[in-house]
Amino acid sequence: MKFILLCLAAVPIFAQGAHDAVADLNIGKRVFDSQCALCHGPDGSGGRGPNLRKAKLKKAPDDEALRKAIADGLPPEMPGAWQLSIREVASVAGYVRTLGKVVVEEIPGDALKGQELFAQTGCSNCHIVSGKGMGNGPELSAIGTRRSAQHLRESLVTPSKFLPDGFLLIEVIDAAGRATKGVKANEDLFTIQLAQPNGRYQSFNKAALKKLTRVTGQSTMPAFDKLPAADLDNLVAYLASLRGTE
Amino acid sequence: MKLALIAFTIAAFAQVPYERIRDAAKEPANWLTYSGNLQGHRHSPLTELTPANVGALKVKWAYQFPGGRNQTSPIVVDGVMYITSPNRAAALDAKTGRELWTWDRPIPKDYQSIGFGQVNRGPAILDDQLFIATLDCYLVALDLKTGQQRWEVKVEDYKPGYSMTLAPLAIKGKILVGVSGGEAGIRGFIDAYGSNDGRKLWRFFTIPAPGEPGNETWAGDSWKTGSGSSWVTGAFDPELNLVYWGIGNPGPDWNGDKRKGDNLYTCSFVALDADTGKLKWHFQFTPHDTHDWDAAHVPMLIDAPVRGQVRKLIVNPNRNAFYYALDRVTGEFLAGQSYAKQTWAKGLDDKGRPILIPGMDPSEEGVLVWPALNGATIWYSPSYSPKTGFVYVATREAAATYFKREAEFKPGTFFAGGGERRIPQDEQWGAIRALEPATGKLAWEYKLLSAPWAGVLSTGGGLVFSGSNEGNIFALDARTGKPLWNFHSGGAVAANPISFAIDGRQHVALAADRVLYVFGL
Repeated sequence: MKFILLCLAAVPIFAQGAHDAVADLNIGKRVFDSQCALCHGPDGSGGRGPNLRKAKLKKAPDDEALRKAIADGLPPEMPGAWQLSIREVASVAGYVRTLGKVVVEEIPGDALKGQELFAQTGCSNCHIVSGKGMGNGPELSAIGTRRSAQHLRESLVTPSKFLPDGFLLIEVIDAAGRATKGVKANEDLFTIQLAQPNGRYQSFNKAALKKLTRVTGQSTMPAFDKLPAADLDNLVAYLASLRGTE
Repeated sequence: MKLALIAFTIAAFAQVPYERIRDAAKEPANWLTYSGNLQGHRHSPLTELTPANVGALKVKWAYQFPGGRNQTSPIVVDGVMYITSPNRAAALDAKTGRELWTWDRPIPKDYQSIGFGQVNRGPAILDDQLFIATLDCYLVALDLKTGQQRWEVKVEDYKPGYSMTLAPLAIKGKILVGVSGGEAGIRGFIDAYGSNDGRKLWRFFTIPAPGEPGNETWAGDSWKTGSGSSWVTGAFDPELNLVYWGIGNPGPDWNGDKRKGDNLYTCSFVALDADTGKLKWHFQFTPHDTHDWDAAHVPMLIDAPVRGQVRKLIVNPNRNAFYYALDRVTGEFLAGQSYAKQTWAKGLDDKGRPILIPGMDPSEEGVLVWPALNGATIWYSPSYSPKTGFVYVATREAAATYFKREAEFKPGTFFAGGGERRIPQDEQWGAIRALEPATGKLAWEYKLLSAPWAGVLSTGGGLVFSGSNEGNIFALDARTGKPLWNFHSGGAVAANPISFAIDGRQHVALAADRVLYVFGL
């Protein structure tokens, strides 16, 4: 670690403009912890944003692209860190590269057995993997690149611990007293659109509703806290093996 | 003598002499200056649209801007609408939206916007010229009829970070502009140019130099990189002959260690003599700001009773979450209170200075403070309706964890010294609030799903128009805040609405994302 740090610190990094900037990994870590970890996870293993503990980053194949991504952002999801100095941008980029050098954790469990279990327990009723399944929950085709094994394990055992963005459960009662539940697809000041479990969308005029309830803090996913330890290992191994088309 | 006679003749036959702008209330069919009048009210006296009929408002035409999200506030004169986008202007037939002429100026390849989006907030008009402030920091005058360039003047060098995004302010014989660049360690200023030839008439530096009053509020040489941008259009009182302008944050934004002191005239309103640019008074809302709470707001000049006596007021719902009513003759603080959630001050003392809560400055570890750096309101306009007597403000309810970082100054690069991490999107919200002008007391609010980016227009028919991030362009009852009409525009609204009349029929215009919508019955 110290070796990497010294090497990096000695290499001038050519950032935007004509200015040279030298990466300082301590600065990089401080900025990362405060401004990047919210989405990429405290250890860079991913969250709302992708896992950065990889040797190659799809949208930042080289150092220049990485610095540009940090400074300018990657619309629409990732905001640009416009307020960082050139040296800070270079330092964050340097720090992110050290994350990619971390040895990938060993995952106990059998991914093939996990795949069978995934099918048997009805996970596909809500999750899509490689085009198969229903999209009532987050797509999992590349979940292995976005989440650490530990994160996946905790999500299975206690789903409400990590509520995914964009899957807010809504309950409405219309003027005729009919109740409808669904995942919020969109909303503006006057209307709300729900995705129902059968895959159909329904749109409501909010002023015409008797009641609109936002079910916060709960996950619609059942907890897999009673699963035998070996099965849980297998399921985690399968999910961790899902890496999309990488 | 002969020259003077010619000049007089030109002025006499000019299409939009200063007097038309000064007396804008006499011709509500036109929208003659950024805020509708020189007093910064963004109020249309037109009365055709009312709470009873606004539900039938329909799109009459739309105009698609080239480029990204547009923030222009159009000017409308005698059936023609003038609009801008960055380094571009166009004249449109206000009845159909068809282009009559366009003008553009290339943006230099090495130009960079340091700390803000590449936008333009509108043109100014005077006599027979249209004025636009460009990103590369030129003020350009165009022929009103043809769009041909008459003159240009370099306001400052864009390379160290100076830029312009604001609509210029046209007063008698002068065009006033301010600059962006508060995140680049510039030394801000307000400039006045002769409207006929672009000759510089005066410059007011927002950061005083050694030997000038106020320089003692900057430790050491920190004034040199003190920022104090001036990026939002000011207001003008023709009777007092005073120009009022809001000044931006000190630099570096979030690290105040090396700029100990109040850092005048950052985060202040300044009142300047329109003829000389000399400072008449100043009022600082946020002394020694460390949260990027620019006072870059349109000042609103209102005559209203305070403790039983009608006073000449200048009022401001500020980015720092406090509302202020000052005497605009003297700058005396009269009243103020918070109008949005804030956690950085216990209140205001009897001079209007914030009573600080300790420990709210940015730190290495981060400190959670309301409001977030974009404030409880920002550049977009508030509105004042003389009909209801309310001030309307699109209010942002958001907090952020503020960080302090190193700040290294290199011309033409960020000089920020930190940043923020905002609370999650679904915990942020907003509201259109109606406030009593002399006190800032809340009269009503209409809640928004997210912290807004659009300004507010009030109308003589008793309506308030604004827009949301979710794409709604909507009308509220100006007395109660009840929603009366909504159009889904398909894009986030981040501009200021205006109103005008064509063939005697009232219209409302507001840009959503990159489309300008014009509505009428």
